[in-house]
Amino acid sequence: MTVSDIKDLLEAEVLCGEEFLSNHVHTACGSDMMSDVLAYVKDQSVLLTGLCNPQAIRTAEMMDIVCVVFVRGKQPDEAIVELARERHITLLSTELRMFAACGILYEAGLRGGAKS
Amino acid sequence: MSSGEKPAYTGTMKLHYDVNASDFSKAGVVSGEVKKLLKVKRGVPAEVVRNVAIAMYEAEINMVIHANGGHIDIEITEKEITIIFADKGPGIPDIAKAQQAGFSTACENIRSLGFGAGMGIPNMKKYADFLDIKSEVGVGTTVTMKIFL
Repeated sequence: MTVSDIKDLLEAEVLCGEEFLSNHVHTACGSDMMSDVLAYVKDQSVLLTGLCNPQAIRTAEMMDIVCVVFVRGKQPDEAIVELARERHITLLSTELRMFAACGILYEAGLRGGAKS
Repeated sequence: MSSGEKPAYTGTMKLHYDVNASDFSKAGVVSGEVKKLLKVKRGVPAEVVRNVAIAMYEAEINMVIHANGGHIDIEITEKEITIIFADKGPGIPDIAKAQQAGFSTACENIRSLGFGAGMGIPNMKKYADFLDIKSEVGVGTTVTMKIFL
C-alpha cells in the first residue's frame, strides 16, 4: 500500500509531503501515547494519532515513520507541519475517528506488524 | 538507507548539549541531531541509528518532563556510542519500580502531551545495549546508556 492509497481510503487531506505520496507503507500503528509507539519498531510505517503536537512528529522522526495521519479532524499548526516537511514526512488529516480509520486500513490489508 | 560511499570519519567524537525544559516542543531536538549525525556523517546502519534515537529520545523527554532539563554528554567511537544524561531534578525514589512497564508518576498534563504511559525506562532498556540509572532524591538523576555501533 502507498501513502496515496491511505489518503484515498481515509478521504484525508494532505497537509505536507505531497511529493512522497508514492512511498510504500508496510505496517501501521494507532496510538495517542508516544511511548507505546516507540515500544515497537516497524519498517516503512504509518502512525495514526489524535496527538496533535510536535512530539508526534519527533516520534515519527526517531522511528523512521513515513506518514502521520491525524484522526478526528485534527489540524496541526504551521510549526508542526514545518517540522514534518523538514523531515520528509507526509502529514494527512482525516475526519474519521481512530477506530474507524484503523479498521479501514486493516480491511484494506495493512497490518500492525509489531516486532518486539 | 545507506549512501553508497562509506564516510571517512570514524574517529572519536565528544559532544555536549544543554537540554532546556521551558519549551516542550523542543524536547527531542538533541536526539534528532545525533540521529542525523550517526546516519549522515558516520554511516551507521539505519537500524542501529534508530535504536540510539529511540533510547535517547525517551531519556531526553524524561529529562524535560520530570527534571526541568539537564545536560547530555556523548562520546562516539568506532565501536560504540555512550550517552550520559545528567539532571538536577527531584530524583527517582524507587528505581526498580520506575523500570516496570506501565509504572508512571506523570500527571494528566504530561499524558495529554502523549507521554507518561510508563514505557520510558522499559524502552530505554529495550533499545540500549547497556543502561545504568543512578539517582538520589532531591539531588538528581544520571542515566548512562551505551549502544554498540
